[in-house]
Amino acid sequence: MSNTKLARRAGTGRTGDQVFSGAALGAGVLIVAILFAVAMFLVIQALPTFTAPRSESTGGEGFFAYIFPIVIGTLIAAMIALIIATPIGVAVALFISHYAPRSLAKGMGYVVDLLAAIPSVIYGAWGASFLASSLKGPYQWLAENLGWIPIFAGPASGTGKTILTAGIVLAVMVLPIIASLTREIFLQAPMLHQEAALALGATRWEMIRMAVLPFARGGIISAVMLGLGRALGETLAVALVLSSGPLIASWIRSGNQTIAAEIALNFPEAFGLRMHELIAAGLVLFLITLLVNVVARWIISRHKEFSGAN
Amino acid sequence: MATLMTERKRSALTQNRLPKYTPYVVAGAAIVVAAALMALVGFNVFAWALLSAILFAAGNVTSSAVVEGRRKAIDKLATSLVVGSFLVALLPLVSVIWTVLVNGIPGLLTPGFLGSSMNGVTGVQDNASVTNNTPVMGGVYHALVGSVLITLWATLISVPVGLLTSIYLVEYSAGNKFSKVITFLVDVMTGIPSIVAGLFATALFALIMGPGTKTGFVAAVALSVLMIPVVVRSSEEMLKIVPNELREASYALGVRKWRTILKIVIPTAISGIASGVTLAIARVIGETAPLLVTAGFASSINTNVFAGWMASLPTFIYTQIMTPTSPSNPDPSAQRAWAAALLLILLVMALNFGARLVARIFAPKTGR
Repeated sequence: MSNTKLARRAGTGRTGDQVFSGAALGAGVLIVAILFAVAMFLVIQALPTFTAPRSESTGGEGFFAYIFPIVIGTLIAAMIALIIATPIGVAVALFISHYAPRSLAKGMGYVVDLLAAIPSVIYGAWGASFLASSLKGPYQWLAENLGWIPIFAGPASGTGKTILTAGIVLAVMVLPIIASLTREIFLQAPMLHQEAALALGATRWEMIRMAVLPFARGGIISAVMLGLGRALGETLAVALVLSSGPLIASWIRSGNQTIAAEIALNFPEAFGLRMHELIAAGLVLFLITLLVNVVARWIISRHKEFSGAN
Repeated sequence: MATLMTERKRSALTQNRLPKYTPYVVAGAAIVVAAALMALVGFNVFAWALLSAILFAAGNVTSSAVVEGRRKAIDKLATSLVVGSFLVALLPLVSVIWTVLVNGIPGLLTPGFLGSSMNGVTGVQDNASVTNNTPVMGGVYHALVGSVLITLWATLISVPVGLLTSIYLVEYSAGNKFSKVITFLVDVMTGIPSIVAGLFATALFALIMGPGTKTGFVAAVALSVLMIPVVVRSSEEMLKIVPNELREASYALGVRKWRTILKIVIPTAISGIASGVTLAIARVIGETAPLLVTAGFASSINTNVFAGWMASLPTFIYTQIMTPTSPSNPDPSAQRAWAAALLLILLVMALNFGARLVARIFAPKTGR
């Protein structure tokens, strides 16, 4: 009697084990399935774009003529963001890891992380109302004095809502990502190397250059790539800040467009072929960011044994 | 004895050094010179501070280059650049928060802003409030309800999936190939642009329910695509740091694995898991792009996530800015947008601080 009771109890326990491990495995499979489904559904919904006659696409020149300028626009905006955010982000990380007083460093790191907590729509509103109008003057100056450089060709935008403003807003949003990832790596640079450098009479900067930066190179690159992924996919900041238009070289005139903003601005009213076209644009964006992220993760995994960015 | 002292002063370690008070002197000089220059072209506090900082850095580096040599000067230059970068990085944070506070407080304090929706508020009311100088009508209640419901459903989907996945990764997989695939895909998922997540949910429901399906639930699915990887990452980290001795002690008592996980591992890690989930909620509650393409726009209260368009705080801000209710008088719409932005920031900050509070409350009891 007691034996069967024990056996039954043991039996229920085993069922619980099976159910639980099955559920855990199922959740893992679900994640793989979700990512696969994201790609599949985007492809399925995008397909009509490629089979439709060229004349019915936006612009009437076929999908690739439509997507090419906004891909370039996306890349320009992301590039501006990285040019600004990379040096500042790395310097902020260095400040928190190696320059700030120990007791304040944690709080300062938290302050920088607050930048990442602010929703993108608020950055967009800030960029459109405050930043754009305060950059009108500088753009005017750039157009007058550096107008011979194609990217600063005038006449400057009267509203300040240009790709450069959008790039600056993106830089602000990417900065905390780069700063927090590189900070983690700087903190893991071997302390013995740093102390040895200082003991040999190196100044603080020489110590950082010799013992910290070489160690962190891979981590910095991957942090920048992850920042790039964010900048490429960021939607609202660009949609609100940029007054879009056809692809132009100048950064300080209205014009250019990014994929994400194009989708956000047009999707709510889109139907039929236009909707499929926008989903196809989303697929292109997905593939670009996927590529960037995979490369970044690959760099991180190569440096895994001595880096903290994983 | 006296000669010994002078010998020591000339030693290589102490010669050619600037006195300790140099930075203060340079700072004072920089502020005065900057003020003088500003007086010539017109005073401006921001430009004055900027100019003082630049002069201070330049003065420090030059004096060091003259007295202490090239290496020390480069070190000072690097320090100035690093500290300067940090201050530059703080500028947008201060500026954003200041802009939102200044523009948002009047709207947030308007009676009825939190308690009423935009139902029935049209350009007529906005024009009237501008011409008669009466308080702005309309509020954010419908968007608040929408945001809370959509985020709630996203949490209900993401937490079980994310937590179970992290349990699989830590407790069951033993580092096999499949777990490496999952970890990699979770990392890749973290990088999915939010608008693509929105498009995925739209495309999915277009196939299931027919094209043009826009409900709160579609938005919740889109948000959970963004939320799941965050939950997996944070829970995985937390489960990993549960000491193995606890598991082994439990197994030694004959407790089954699933009960060990439920009764020992998760309660030990719950503080970290809960704060990770709270941070994930804080991340998705501000997402706008996926909601734009999945939930539509609504001006009245909708509490059913499975039917009808639904408003949310971020899309409310977006539509109020992009398409003001009264095109001829955009100010009331701008006021509502900024007030909603302030509310959203407060919500996100509250969630961020709440995460720390949650971590402390649920922390495993140590000692007695």
